[in-house]
Amino acid sequence: METETGLVHRTWWTPYLFLAPGLAMVTLFSLWPFVNTVILSFTDARILRGGSFVGLDNYRRAFADPDFWVATGNSVLYLAVVVPCLVLLPLALAVLVRTKIPGIGFFRSAFYTPVIASAVVVGLIWQWVLRSDGLVNTVFQRLHLVSEPVPFLTDSAMLLVSAMIVTVWKGLGYYMVFYLAALGNVPATLYEAAALDGAGPVRRFFSITVPQVKPMMLLVGTLSAISALRVFTEIYILGGESGGPGGGARTLPFLIRQVGLGFAGETGYASAISILLFLLTLVFSLLGRRLSKGDER
Amino acid sequence: MSTSSSAGGGHRSGHRSGNGREKRPRRTAATRRRHRIGLAGRYATLVLMLVVMLGPIVWQFLTSIRGRTENVYDGVLPSQPTLDNYVRVAESFPLLQYVGNTLTVAVLAITSNMLFAAMGGYALSRAAWKGRRVVFTVLVATLMFPFESVMISMFLTVREMGLVDTLIGVWLPGAVSVLNIMVMRAAFLAVPKEIEEAAVLDGAGEWTRFTRVFLPAAKGALAVVCITSFMGAWDDFLWPLLVLTNSDNYTLQLGLKTLAGATTVNDQRLVAAGAMAALLPMMLLFFALQRFFFKGVGEGAVKI
Repeated sequence: METETGLVHRTWWTPYLFLAPGLAMVTLFSLWPFVNTVILSFTDARILRGGSFVGLDNYRRAFADPDFWVATGNSVLYLAVVVPCLVLLPLALAVLVRTKIPGIGFFRSAFYTPVIASAVVVGLIWQWVLRSDGLVNTVFQRLHLVSEPVPFLTDSAMLLVSAMIVTVWKGLGYYMVFYLAALGNVPATLYEAAALDGAGPVRRFFSITVPQVKPMMLLVGTLSAISALRVFTEIYILGGESGGPGGGARTLPFLIRQVGLGFAGETGYASAISILLFLLTLVFSLLGRRLSKGDER
Repeated sequence: MSTSSSAGGGHRSGHRSGNGREKRPRRTAATRRRHRIGLAGRYATLVLMLVVMLGPIVWQFLTSIRGRTENVYDGVLPSQPTLDNYVRVAESFPLLQYVGNTLTVAVLAITSNMLFAAMGGYALSRAAWKGRRVVFTVLVATLMFPFESVMISMFLTVREMGLVDTLIGVWLPGAVSVLNIMVMRAAFLAVPKEIEEAAVLDGAGEWTRFTRVFLPAAKGALAVVCITSFMGAWDDFLWPLLVLTNSDNYTLQLGLKTLAGATTVNDQRLVAAGAMAALLPMMLLFFALQRFFFKGVGEGAVKI
């Protein structure tokens, strides 16, 4: 551990006393649910009755289930589109708001505003922008750009794209703050030296800024990948309870909730999908860690 | 601007305040002009981004204050601005009850998180004890479980405890988050050990040291925990959606969903008023406590 003060607690159980509430909560609502999810995933448990052991049946079923593949495809596609956007755009935004020019504090706070709005509020706000009678479609139609409203929210593929836009919009300010912190640690002398050598702003961005904030880019990439796999509320609010027409825009968390709960909830099968989601998340967090480890070397 | 030079006995260290913006050694008329064009371009980009980031919110706000008789698309600004929609949505919808439910959960979450996260962070930060490393590792490991992949089992646990459809059931799983424990631990690690040793010499017991020395020294971190707990309780949607069934118990976010889906309402002005009513308190809080918001983001970042 980093800092040892040399002090000791009065009795061996004092630290546990201090940690008791935290440990109790973590055990009850994190460790146990995880263990229980693993166990349930090998059973045919339903919401209203316990199950019996069925081996790998749930996993076999998932791999043969078109709904599972649609949801997995949507989640992975979501990640593939959203992560590059959230790694690059907030960095550009951070560079933009870092200069000391009059009024910059206002812009910085304004760009952060979507972050403090809840996912539901953000969903409602964008619903009113993208609906068939929403702002974008009305403007498009008045300008005679389209004759029929664009089905932003009523077509599965469009709904997914709309939700991605909302996620990126909400994430911009959040990750901008990460980059602002990273940019604050870049020594100013590097820029001075480069300017003396005659490097322009673009050149300085790519040869100094990007290499210097690369560890932060990896962190942002990892964090945004994990949260992309967790997307639920955007799609639920924009597309409704079914997750788009025929459930075509469902993500994995969406599917888990639909399968696992309700009167016919198949907790066993939903647990298997949960474990697969966990493994997918794990792959991307390990990938992020691996990349940043290789970077430190 | 004169040519900057290190001569004249000045301290070079003053240069660092430039904060990344290099000082050009010489400025001719051409570079000045280029600088001005660059500045104009910067402001143009900023304004464009401002429209993208705030436009949808402003549009929702403008809709929420439109008079009942005017069309929502008649001009950008409402011709008969009114707060009537806010009154109507509060009358036709139990919005205040939802806010009350949300605040109940929020107060519980703030209290439990500040107290228990501080206690946990204290035990993990100061003295060495057997098993600390193991406990710390286990706690960090739980951050790896995405909520969505354990939510079904969490629901079953809460059901087992008879807490389905109660506000306690909404609050309990988030009563103390590991991230908050880590934030408090980091803050306590930064307290100089001389202060603690002085307190020990004064005969202060463990609990006294915790409440009288460490808690006051970590006020900033406590504020971060307070704000993030409040935001979590105010904004959460998926977990309350799983736990709550009776609409009397709905939190604000669940209520908003119902409001948007209600075919009886079918008036975007009311939905907009509801959404803005949920957003405005957060915006006020944000502008009042900006530095803590940004701090919280930074500290959370290092831990994952």
